[in-house]
Amino acid sequence: MEEKIIAAIIVSAIAFVSIYAFTPILIKFLEKRNLTVKDANKKGNVMIPRPGGISILIGIVASEITLYFFFPISEILAIIITSILGFSVGIIDDRKVMGGWFKPVALAFCAAPILLLGAYDSNLDFPLFGSVKIPSLYLALVVFMIPITGNTLNSIDVLNGVVSGFTTIASFALAISLFILQNYEIGIACLCLAFASLAFYKYHKFPSRIFPGDSGSVMFGTMYGVIAIVGGVEVIAAIAILPAIINSFLFLSSVKKIVEHREIKNPTMHTDDFKLKSTDDNHAPITLVRLLVAKKPLSEKQICNEILKLTTFSGVLAIITAFMMGAKIL
Amino acid sequence: MTMKIYGFIFVMWILILTGGGIVVELVGPISFSEDIEPIITSGVKVFLALFLIFIWVFTLTKIKNWIFKSQVKS
Repeated sequence: MEEKIIAAIIVSAIAFVSIYAFTPILIKFLEKRNLTVKDANKKGNVMIPRPGGISILIGIVASEITLYFFFPISEILAIIITSILGFSVGIIDDRKVMGGWFKPVALAFCAAPILLLGAYDSNLDFPLFGSVKIPSLYLALVVFMIPITGNTLNSIDVLNGVVSGFTTIASFALAISLFILQNYEIGIACLCLAFASLAFYKYHKFPSRIFPGDSGSVMFGTMYGVIAIVGGVEVIAAIAILPAIINSFLFLSSVKKIVEHREIKNPTMHTDDFKLKSTDDNHAPITLVRLLVAKKPLSEKQICNEILKLTTFSGVLAIITAFMMGAKIL
Repeated sequence: MTMKIYGFIFVMWILILTGGGIVVELVGPISFSEDIEPIITSGVKVFLALFLIFIWVFTLTKIKNWIFKSQVKS
């Protein structure tokens, strides 16, 4: 147990410090090369460097490789490779706008290391009722889960600090759940994601100094997905990101097709004092942000805080679910 | 509105727990006689799982329309 505590402290520190220290250097580098995009929710022409996914990649890979030296298991190797592949898909989308189907299809291929390394257990665990063995169906679940988590977290990256704050809360909830279930190695791997996103949140929170870009948000999502699979906590992981799932569900049920987010009408508009309010266009998609501002306009910071409060609520539900995993009612 | 979203998250959580119970207690134990190929049993389970997902999404859509009916018009 002592070795696990030491490993947890070291890899968490590596993930946090490397991103905390490297991101300001990356901001200057991107600004020098004019790799910036307009912050659509700010008055005037505020340009923000992008993609910050590069510093997230460095922090996560450095910490996970260190963790692999402590625990050389195929599950951690699967987390490292799948996360790098997720980053690669995102960086392609950052550099060149791809069609709506590009990311889901490309991310499905990112699940290959999990299958090739055999880093999964084909039992699907449910709270209160036990588990069900689905060997063939589970392979399909692995292939579907990475695109779902990758795109779900990518689609919540709409305002300053949302995706990094969201990932921080959800991954801390998932790490606590993994520790409750005594899956310590994967729990520590999840801590790397939690501390990496926390360090990035420092620069991404309102007002943002850097945007993660698709490379950052998709990498957060793919890493979260692969941890859920190799940790055998798929249901708990889904519960922890329910606000983002609601966002995707509302979007898909109103648009009724998979499209690139840049192709759709903006579901919100600005008031004179630059708060966000719901659009009058009935053809614009319904999103979580649109619901939050449906009654009255809110500032970007207020909306971000509301989303993070919702995430904390779903994180608590995820932890309660982890406690329920041990209990059986039938 | 925010309270309604909390309510929607809670309903989704209950639906996940209930769906899990149905999968483990009803779909998982399904087995036919030994003469029937195991792939057919798996196929039936996959079909039932997909049907449950359909019911889950359909229920959520109905609840979404009920909870957000005043705000969600498009």
